[in-house]
Amino acid sequence: MADRLVPLSSVDIVIVVLYFAMVIGIGLYLKRYTNTGEDFFLAGRSMTAWVAGLSFVAANLGALELMGWASAAYQYAILATHWYWVGAIPAMLFLGIVMMPFYYISKTHSVPGYLRLRYGEGARAVSAITFAFMTVLMSGINMFSMALVMKVVLGWDINFSIWVSSLTVAAYVFLGGLLSAILNEVLQFFLIWLGALLIPILGLIETGGWGGMVARIHQNFPGQDYTHLWRTLGSFSDNPMGIHWTGIVLGLGWVISFGYWTTDFLVVQRVLSANSLNAARMAPIIGSGFKMLVPFIVILPGLLALAVLPERLVAESAAVQGSHSYNEVLPLMLARYAGPGLLGLGVTALIAGFMSGMAGNVSAFATVWTYDIYRALIRKNAGDPHYLAMGRWCTLLGVLVSIGTAYLVMQFKSIMDYVQALFSFFIAPLFGTVLLGMLWKRATAAGGVWGLVAGTLSSVGMWAWVKVNPSALSIIALSSNAKDMAENMYRGLWSWIICVVVTVAVSLATKPKPDAELTGLVYGCTEVPSEKGVPLTRRPVFWAALACAVFVLLNVIFW
Amino acid sequence: MHKPGMVSIWFLIGMLLTVYGFIITAAGIYQYFVPPAAPPVLASLHAGIWWGLVILALGCFYCRRFQPRKTK
Repeated sequence: MADRLVPLSSVDIVIVVLYFAMVIGIGLYLKRYTNTGEDFFLAGRSMTAWVAGLSFVAANLGALELMGWASAAYQYAILATHWYWVGAIPAMLFLGIVMMPFYYISKTHSVPGYLRLRYGEGARAVSAITFAFMTVLMSGINMFSMALVMKVVLGWDINFSIWVSSLTVAAYVFLGGLLSAILNEVLQFFLIWLGALLIPILGLIETGGWGGMVARIHQNFPGQDYTHLWRTLGSFSDNPMGIHWTGIVLGLGWVISFGYWTTDFLVVQRVLSANSLNAARMAPIIGSGFKMLVPFIVILPGLLALAVLPERLVAESAAVQGSHSYNEVLPLMLARYAGPGLLGLGVTALIAGFMSGMAGNVSAFATVWTYDIYRALIRKNAGDPHYLAMGRWCTLLGVLVSIGTAYLVMQFKSIMDYVQALFSFFIAPLFGTVLLGMLWKRATAAGGVWGLVAGTLSSVGMWAWVKVNPSALSIIALSSNAKDMAENMYRGLWSWIICVVVTVAVSLATKPKPDAELTGLVYGCTEVPSEKGVPLTRRPVFWAALACAVFVLLNVIFW
Repeated sequence: MHKPGMVSIWFLIGMLLTVYGFIITAAGIYQYFVPPAAPPVLASLHAGIWWGLVILALGCFYCRRFQPRKTK
């Protein structure tokens, strides 16, 4: 056993054990309802808008969100909130209003599946293989983060934690597939909120409210602006992230965010499970409402830590015996305020978050592997029971590969910076390919493949260039002051532009598909059901406008 | 969301929250009378009691609202 941050009482242990029993129990219960490939991979397309919407957010509310962004808030202050607001909300609303009809009407099982329908097998293969690679890496990051929390808070050995947590997730996804993953994610969503919300409430009571917290931060860290979202983004050197507003708006708010929320199958899969097109369009809009609130349980604790923690946290690589790293900020805050019972609930919230993120990765990996790699490239004509069995077994395979990845992740200094680098490799170019595919009927199969390949390779190339020659940072990220995250934003933007330019150029030089073959896939060739006669309060566009207004208001308040 | 005969996920959530609310409230009441050796910051607010009651109320609401016989 390693040193633990706080001793758990028997009450806390009972709460954690009950949670593990519940998620396994749900998996066992749902196995009887998971009889076909459609059940296992798309939850029978039977989810309501609320369930799909909460699952959509919860699958993203994994280890990286809870641990990583609380850590980022401690390092980069309120700027980390951009990843929840401008870096999520516009894209989620765009998915619901503009893109979802094409995904849903095409009846695809996955995002690579959509690319096959739109561009052919080449684009699907590139997208599926890169997605599978990224997904197991992400899953490994989740595992590592979970094990880290268990080490810090519970004193569990990190290897033991990785195996216990991952095998639990493997069990319930193996048994009930996406149905089990989604329903557990809804449960986990509640636990995350109830377990984590107490930290900001008690933190604000301790500091005397928002004003008191800001005053204490200025007292502890003089000379930096930690509490304004946009005011410090006029110059690369005026903020702790070393980023300019163009990087936030174009790199994060446009390319990275739209890429992730509209083309990453991990989240899109949850929406595809909806029971109707209207539910599928409402799900991301409902999700956006909750997403806007997440900073209050993730970013605010990081800011409160700047105000109230007596010690200065350090980078993981600089942490020595007795000191704590940025990544431990949330458990430290939990230990500060939570007594027996509440501590167990808080730890359960962290574990639930990690499991929801990991299950999201594993279930998406199983679908893409089975439908877009195994069935497309290895065995094309097997029956549904065969693919169902393959999905179940590759859930286990995905978990095992992820465990290997978790050990790899331990070598990286910053969890979140690593994830953002991955996004810019694969997600940013994919967004260019999908967007042109949906909105521009002139895009051709060759254009789609070559644009995707060029965007991905150029992103990896830019990353390698800065690694080999650090002075290249001033070219890629427009400033030598740029931190890793700022570099990722700009690299994503360039790779997206390269993808779009190559796709357009190659498309114009090659023969397009006839319109008849693009029905249900492309804007202008697809008839989206009209909302005429639907009451205003049941229209997705009404709720999207409302969410948009709240989003603008929040940015103005914290300008 | 439901297949025939399937218990609502909201009911399952309500069950777990009810149990959690009861345990946390009980632990909070116990700590009120027998404070822990190393109390957390703001222990005087007895967050365990009122937060536990919030969770208990939420759990009871979901259990009642989505109890199986009322689920279509």
